[in-house]
Amino acid sequence: MACTTTVGLVTVIATESLSKRYPRVTALDRLTVDITPGVTGLVGANGAGKSTLIKILLGLAPASEGRAAVLGLDVATDGAEIRGLVGYMPEHDCLPPDVSATEFVVHMARMSGLPPTAARERTADTLRHVGLYEERYRPMGGYSTGMKQRVKLAQALVHDPKLVLLDEPTNGLDPAGRDEMLGLIRRVHTDFGISVLVTSHLLGELERTSDNIVVIDGGRLLRASTTSEFTAATASLAVEVTDSEEELLAILTAAGLTVQPSGHLLLVDIAEDETYDLVRNAVAQLGVGLVRMEQRRHRIAELFTDDDPTTTAPSEEGEGRDAA
Amino acid sequence: MTQPDVAPLAPPPPGDRPAPTDVIHNIGYRKYEGPRLGRGYARVSLFSQSLRGAYGLGRSAKSKVLPMILLGVICAPALIMVAVAVFTHMDKLPVAYTRYPVVLQAVITLFVASQAPQSVSRDLRFKTTPLYFSRPIERVDYVAAKYAALATALFMLTALPLLILYVGALLAKLDFTDQTAGFAKGLLSVLLLSLLFAGIGLVISAVTPRRGFGVAAVIALFVITYGAVSSVQGVASAQEKYHVIGWLGLFSPITLIDGFQTWFLGATSAFPDAAGPPDAAAGFAYLLVILVLVAGSFGLLMRRYRKVGLS
Repeated sequence: MACTTTVGLVTVIATESLSKRYPRVTALDRLTVDITPGVTGLVGANGAGKSTLIKILLGLAPASEGRAAVLGLDVATDGAEIRGLVGYMPEHDCLPPDVSATEFVVHMARMSGLPPTAARERTADTLRHVGLYEERYRPMGGYSTGMKQRVKLAQALVHDPKLVLLDEPTNGLDPAGRDEMLGLIRRVHTDFGISVLVTSHLLGELERTSDNIVVIDGGRLLRASTTSEFTAATASLAVEVTDSEEELLAILTAAGLTVQPSGHLLLVDIAEDETYDLVRNAVAQLGVGLVRMEQRRHRIAELFTDDDPTTTAPSEEGEGRDAA
Repeated sequence: MTQPDVAPLAPPPPGDRPAPTDVIHNIGYRKYEGPRLGRGYARVSLFSQSLRGAYGLGRSAKSKVLPMILLGVICAPALIMVAVAVFTHMDKLPVAYTRYPVVLQAVITLFVASQAPQSVSRDLRFKTTPLYFSRPIERVDYVAAKYAALATALFMLTALPLLILYVGALLAKLDFTDQTAGFAKGLLSVLLLSLLFAGIGLVISAVTPRRGFGVAAVIALFVITYGAVSSVQGVASAQEKYHVIGWLGLFSPITLIDGFQTWFLGATSAFPDAAGPPDAAAGFAYLLVILVLVAGSFGLLMRRYRKVGLS
């Protein structure tokens, strides 16, 4: 893993038995997780507690119980200091349409305490880094969704934070825009040396950008691990052959693979790299045609049911309402 | 993890040879090592941005039109009076410093109605507030900066014509002591007026993210209360109940200022029959209501933003 400049911290975010209860909803339920420098994906369905967690981490809402530290600072007492070192990109629109990107980001830089000249220089730099050029002098009302997302990212980066919290940054983007944004997020860590916590309800897109993945549901921690462990545990191979599915199933099972028939497809769990060879050899041995062999990601829903039985039934309390 | 922070294209250490003519400039990401000024600086920045915004500066050309017209309209009568006073050698100004804002209250009301929603509704409507509150500033910084900015904008609007009158009066060689005292009283009066009007305007505007509603509500409040107070005062005047007239002024913003300056600054009241506050109790009631409204506006704004947080 690329280790750049996110200093010698072992954890950038640490929570301990963190809970947030509203009168009728439990948004976070004894969440204990350590997040290390790098890009961390925070995955959860709507209402899983992602936004509540971000609010607590910024020191804007008190936790009902438990503790949390960001960059070694306690969220309960050092909120202002944390907010000076952290950047935040909200999920929703937050840009006034009649102001230019330059003017807006300069203003936000000054709100973070940058002196006027530094605010201007950092704004020009940051907007260039996120890929906004001549358009930055035009009012933001005329921007495309992709450009708006870039400005939102720029205002989170302009004061050179140590950590940025990005709430659903790919929301509303088309596939190409999504890829660009994910690439940009990756660069925030590798090139800028800033740690990233990025939320999404899509596991697939976080797998490509994140070093670590944390899954929460109903305010509880479902899983926290490195992306590679995650991918190994969740990837499967969809195999379609022209004939003799049953024989192939038998051969693969005999070879020690976990195979599930799904319609005319066979879903083979990828245990290691040899899995591909085993499938290829088995198909060749049967002498049938191989129509397709492709990697499939499990969806989050499957992930939940695959999990340890004690955590498979997430509490229903957090559901049905976005706790934000 | 402990490796030093070296930029990927850092220039080589200076050697014996002269620097080559072709230099690869490092345009990669640069860390910011400079100072980070605190909340006080952020508050001042927000204040100046909002104050400029009240006159449309730093915004589109279209948004400069109304505030600049209003500024022109409120100064025009002062310029005319001054010109007349200078050329006809009057021995006093046609309108007292304290009376001037009362006469032109419609202009001040329009300014509050257009600029108070501009200042706060926009941040709510476009959901910019979370970006402020995810930074080191606190709620009180935001509210104080916005309040101070609108009050200052109003003070500039109301004090500028008084300044024109004062300079004109000195050019017309009117009595320096009288004029300076009158000007000072006028400034004190418009200072209170600015605080009062800004507070009321901001509280109403902060309720709704819709700018149009804010504009309409502010105009309605100022016009309806003033209309109600002056018509009831008219009735009281017809019945010759002069002390009632003096108390009624407590119920609309501009008459509050009028009552205050009549009792404390010796101004001539604009109420029917010039019947200002009838006694000391009434006089202090005016001051008290003004201060309560100013403090209450600030408190309500703080309350309004308590829930805004991030969403």
